[in-house]
Amino acid sequence: MSETILSMRGITKQYRMGDEMQTVLRGIDLDVCQGEFLAVLGPSGSGKSTLMNIIGCLDTPTSGSYNLHGRDVSSLDEDELAVVRNKEIGFVFQSFQLLQRQNSIQNVELPLVYSGMRASERQMRAKQMLERVGLSDKLHHFPNQLSGGQQQRVAIARALANHPTIILADEPTGALDQKTGKQVMSLFHDLNEEGNTIIMITHDISIARHAKRIVRILDGCLTEGVSEDA
Amino acid sequence: MLKECLRMSWQNIKGNKMRTFLTTLGIIIGVTAIITLITTVEGATNEITTQFTALGAGKVSVSVSGTPLKRGLSDDDLLRLGEIKNISGIDPSVSYSQHVAGDGSLCEDVTVEGRSAAYFDGSSDLISIGRGLSAMDMDRHSHVCVIDSNLHENLFPNENPVGKEIVVSGLTFRIVGMLNDESENDVMSAMSLMMGGESNGKVIIPYQTALRLTGTNSINSLTLYIKDTDQTDETIEQVEDVLNAAFNYRDNAYQVLNLDTLLDTMNTMTGMMTTMLAGIASIALLVGGIGIMNMMLVSVSERTMEIGLRKALGAKPSLIQTQFLIESVMLSLMGGLIGIVVGILLSALIAHLIGMAFTLSTGAIALAFTFSATVGILFGWAPARKASRLNPIDALRSM
Repeated sequence: MSETILSMRGITKQYRMGDEMQTVLRGIDLDVCQGEFLAVLGPSGSGKSTLMNIIGCLDTPTSGSYNLHGRDVSSLDEDELAVVRNKEIGFVFQSFQLLQRQNSIQNVELPLVYSGMRASERQMRAKQMLERVGLSDKLHHFPNQLSGGQQQRVAIARALANHPTIILADEPTGALDQKTGKQVMSLFHDLNEEGNTIIMITHDISIARHAKRIVRILDGCLTEGVSEDA
Repeated sequence: MLKECLRMSWQNIKGNKMRTFLTTLGIIIGVTAIITLITTVEGATNEITTQFTALGAGKVSVSVSGTPLKRGLSDDDLLRLGEIKNISGIDPSVSYSQHVAGDGSLCEDVTVEGRSAAYFDGSSDLISIGRGLSAMDMDRHSHVCVIDSNLHENLFPNENPVGKEIVVSGLTFRIVGMLNDESENDVMSAMSLMMGGESNGKVIIPYQTALRLTGTNSINSLTLYIKDTDQTDETIEQVEDVLNAAFNYRDNAYQVLNLDTLLDTMNTMTGMMTTMLAGIASIALLVGGIGIMNMMLVSVSERTMEIGLRKALGAKPSLIQTQFLIESVMLSLMGGLIGIVVGILLSALIAHLIGMAFTLSTGAIALAFTFSATVGILFGWAPARKASRLNPIDALRSM
């Protein structure tokens, strides 16, 4: 239906643990198309964090090729990776990761600062994004004046700010209660309906079910899982 | 982007007021010490130099202790000294104590000084009323004199002394002028005043007359006026040749005191002292720098998560490094600025307390400023580098 924006072939990742080499990812193949909502489901220790780091260009694979938005990113250096993260990836973290001394607008502006946007333009964009996640009345609040759900929505606005290719969410509801977690998930739904590509990493099958497609990761191997058996 | 770095650094500094203050304290103390020391020493040096120059620029003092055969210099020796090209005037001084009478009153223990006309030619502001002694007075052996304000007070209070007559050692002298109060302007009389304390007064008469009155024919102290001060050294050598011949090459018969040489020595010494003191003060700056480094290292560990986040959002390592570097430079410059202000105030206070003119040393300020900026860069470098090298995954995981 639409173009493939993420394509991984034979991705492996090994860490040296003392004398031993530990293999965390064993030849991962993954394709994600524009507009998909994908959940990567796996228990802790399955290698899902490592996979997320590689998808998010925070880490490079030991071997294999990773093509993101038509560009091979498996062999880029630190500075180039920083640019890719800035333009292509919108991160949403489990514990929000907002800067406590900055208000909502300033937090959302941060990725725009690093892409070199002018201040006036930045502010306008940040305002739009915060309005999009339903926080137009909290523009000048600091994180400690917001509830957990609101903080996560600020974080989502920040992830959206640079119009990234992929929104990469790592256990986005992990620090939230059931009700606010559901609200955040429905926000993701809406964003996906609007055409955003979302990849969500989680260990929670009930959260993963919100996604349109689920893949499972276990012991560093990825299986396409229509998760009726779980 | 740089503006953003500045803003973020400022926010962080502002957010930790107490810690910021304590960290910059080291720099503040160091810079204050440097500014105060340099300004005060420089001020004192200037003061002393000015006084010395007023006392004896272009003058060479000769003091003669003599030999058993020859107690002092004779008139012939003075003539020979006068033949040296670069000497514009010779001012011998004969000094003794004597009673002075005038207008029916008597004044005891008055300093009687024998002087030549060169003494009065040497400086223009010596005389407050009347005139000084002239070459004609010397040639004619005139019985004229100049008195100081002390003697004036003692003998003719509230009267114009010029034209009055006084009696010194049985001879009558007509007063032709009065000395300015500030006229202790040669080293010898300044020294004798320092050692002898307050005198009852002073009367200056032609030196030949003074010699006759003391019954000796030898001069033990004289001042030479140099024409061209660039050739002082050569002139002094010539003077020494004449004196050596006069005293038959005996050791320790005389001493030549050149104020220019003395001034040079003193300048070298104060220069060394300034450098040394500034060196000691810069140790304080060094310690302050280490304080900043410590704070920045703590700050980097504290903000590991923030650094990880910034990297995840697309901050390049170089930008992270710049931000931390800006922060440490900001810290040390803040300390430097406060230190400069405190240093200026403190040295102004010291100058006021010891009654010295306060001059701002721009050199010291420039030095302190560059020093504190350098400290910020130098000691901020390692923490900033550490921050820029943090792996974003590890950094984010530490939450």
